[in-house]
Amino acid sequence: MSATETTTAAEGAPAGQSGRKLTTARAMAEGIAQEMERDAGVVVLGEDIGNYGGIFGSTTGLLEKFGRDRVLDTPISETAFIGLGIGAAVEGMRPVVELMFVDFFGVAMDQIYNHMAKIHFESGGNVRVPMVLMTATGGGYSDAEQHSQCLWGTFAHLPGMKVVVPSNPADAKGLMISAIRDDNPVVYMFHKGIMGLPWMAKNPRSVAPVPEEPYETPIGKAAVARAGSDATVVTLSLSVHHALDVAEKMAAEHGVDLEVIDLRSLVPLDSDTILSSVARTGRLLVVDEDYQSFGLSGEIAARVAETDPGLLRAPLRRVAVPDVPIPYARSLERAVLPTPERIEAAVRDLCKA
Amino acid sequence: MDDKTRLDLYRVMVLSRTFEEAILREYHADKKPAFDIGAGLVPGEMHLSAGQEPVAAGVCAHLRAADAVTATHRPHHVAIAHGVDLDKMAAEIFGREGGLGRGRGGHMHLFDPDVHFSCSGIIAEGLPPALGQAFAFSRGEDNRVAVAFTGEGAANQGAFHESLNLAALWKLPVVFVVEDNDWAISVPRDASTCIPSNADRAAAYGIPGQRIDDNDVEAIYTTAGDAVARARAGEGPTLLEIHTLRLWGHFEGDPQAYRPELADVPGQDPIPAYEQRLTQAGILDADAARAIKDEASARVEKAIAFAKSSPVPAPETALDYVFA
Repeated sequence: MSATETTTAAEGAPAGQSGRKLTTARAMAEGIAQEMERDAGVVVLGEDIGNYGGIFGSTTGLLEKFGRDRVLDTPISETAFIGLGIGAAVEGMRPVVELMFVDFFGVAMDQIYNHMAKIHFESGGNVRVPMVLMTATGGGYSDAEQHSQCLWGTFAHLPGMKVVVPSNPADAKGLMISAIRDDNPVVYMFHKGIMGLPWMAKNPRSVAPVPEEPYETPIGKAAVARAGSDATVVTLSLSVHHALDVAEKMAAEHGVDLEVIDLRSLVPLDSDTILSSVARTGRLLVVDEDYQSFGLSGEIAARVAETDPGLLRAPLRRVAVPDVPIPYARSLERAVLPTPERIEAAVRDLCKA
Repeated sequence: MDDKTRLDLYRVMVLSRTFEEAILREYHADKKPAFDIGAGLVPGEMHLSAGQEPVAAGVCAHLRAADAVTATHRPHHVAIAHGVDLDKMAAEIFGREGGLGRGRGGHMHLFDPDVHFSCSGIIAEGLPPALGQAFAFSRGEDNRVAVAFTGEGAANQGAFHESLNLAALWKLPVVFVVEDNDWAISVPRDASTCIPSNADRAAAYGIPGQRIDDNDVEAIYTTAGDAVARARAGEGPTLLEIHTLRLWGHFEGDPQAYRPELADVPGQDPIPAYEQRLTQAGILDADAARAIKDEASARVEKAIAFAKSSPVPAPETALDYVFA
C-alpha cells in the first residue's frame, strides 16, 4: 500500500497519531533514517553532516545509526560531491546530498542545473536521477548577503528539478520521504527559522506532532494552513507562520478572515488550490521571502491572470524581498524581509481593514 | 601485446574515423554554398574527434559494458570505443526519435545506459558524475570501474581538481584521462597551463600520474591497462594525460587561422601510421586493411541510413521527459 493513501490532502500526515512532538530538524532526520532502513541505496553526503549532524540539524543521529559507509562527510567541494550524487543516482542509488546554504549554489550550479536537472530529458527518458539535494534557506538572524537568501524561485525557474519547501515538522518528514522515493531530482529547501534550532529564535510551530511511522506528503500539493473567506494569502516556508500569526490578529482585531495557503511544493505548483481559493475570496496576497522581481510572486500573479483576471476584486498585493541583497544590520534586514508587520500592512491595504 | 589485440585497436580506430568521416560528409552536405550552423539534417555545433582515436581505443579496450565512461563535448571516438549503439548514436546526432535520447540531446549529450556511457558539453563537469558511478560500483562485488575523459583545457577547471581530490580521498575506482590535443579551441596549452604535464598534478592528490607523449595507441593501451587494473583492485584513481592530435577544427566551420603549421597536421594522422606499423610487423596486409575498412563502412552507412529513416520527433512531444 502506498503511504500516500493514508495521508490527508491538507496535512499529508496520517491522522489519529500520538502527540509525539519533534522539531522540524528531527523530523527531517527521522524521515531520512526511515528511508535508509528501507533502502540500502540511500546514502547521505555533504559538509558536516556526519559528526556534527548537519549545521542545521538535518542529519542528527544518522552517523551513529548507519555508520561512515552511508553517512559521508565530504570535502568543501560542492561540484564534486553533488556530481558524485548524480552519478550514484544514475547507477540506481538514492543519495541525499546537502548543500549547506543555498547561497553556495553558485560554486556548483553547473552540476545542479546542467546535469542533475537535464540528464533525464537529454537521454529521452532513458536515464533517471533519483536524488535529493537538500539545502538551508532564509534569513532573519543577521547572516547578511551571502548566507540569508531563499532563491527557490531560481531553482523552480530551471526545468527538470522538483522543488519542495516544507514549513512544519510533519510536512518536513513526509516531503523528505516523498523526495527520496521520487525517481526525479528533488531540491528540498528548508528554512533555518523553522528547524527548531536551540541557537536561533524559533517559531513556536517548529516543534509539533509528527507521526512515528513512515509516510509520504504528496509533492505538488499545497495545504490550506488556515481556511478563511475574506482574502487568500499564498505563501511558503517560514512566512506561513508569519501569515498565520497575522491571520489570528486580523480575525481578532478587525474581523478579517484570511485563508492561508502553504504551497509546500513549487515544482510542481498546485495552481488548483490557489485558484479555487482566490475564486472564493477575490483577494490575493503573495508572501515570499525570495526576491520580488521575476520570481514566485510574479508567477502566481500570472497564473491567476491567465486563468481569469476577473477573479480578483482588488489589485493583487505582494510582500517579498525588494530587489536588494539581504543587509546585515538588524534594522535594515527587518526592513526588507516579509515580517508580520509588512504582511499585516499589506492585508489591511488589500482588505481595506 | 598479441596480434588480435593490436588488430582490434586498429579496427576500433578505423570504425571511429569512418563514422566521423560520414558525419563530416552529412554535416556539410546541406550547408552549401554558405555555411549556416543551424541548417541541414545535422544542425548545431559539431566537434569531431579525428586524430584522437588512439586514446579512446587504447583506454576502452580494457573496459567491460558494465564499466562507466564519461566523455566530453567531443565524444564520438570514446562512445564508439566503449561500444555505444552506433545506430542510435547516429540517429541522435540527426536529432531523430530513434536516437539514444530520442533526439533531445544531440551530439554533445549522448547517454547509453546499456554501456553506462554519458557525456557532457560543459568542460570538466563530466568528472563528478563519474565519481558517483565509481562510488556506486565500489559498493558492488564485481570490481567495476569508471573512466572520465576530459581535455587539457579542463585541467584548469575547479571541477577537475575537486574531483581528483575526492576520488583520491575516497579511493574510488576511477581513471581520469586527459586528452591533450594542444588546443583549448584557439588557445594553445602553453598559454593556459602553467606546467608541461598535467599528469604532474596527480602528485598534489597523492595518486599516480603518467603522461604519454606520442599518441601511440599501444603505449596508451599498456598504460591504461595498469590504471584500470589498479582501479579494479581497489587501489584508487590514476590520472593519465595523453598527448594526442586534433586533426580537424575545434568544431566544423572553424577556419583554424590561429593554428600554425596547419599544413603539417594531416601528416601526423595516427591511423595510417598504425596501419603501416602493423603492416611492417606482418600482422596486416592491404587486403586485410581493406576488409576492415569495408566492414567499418558498412556498419557506419547502416547507422546513417537508420538515422535518416528514423522519424523526426513530433513537436507535440517537446514537453515530454522533463520528469520521470
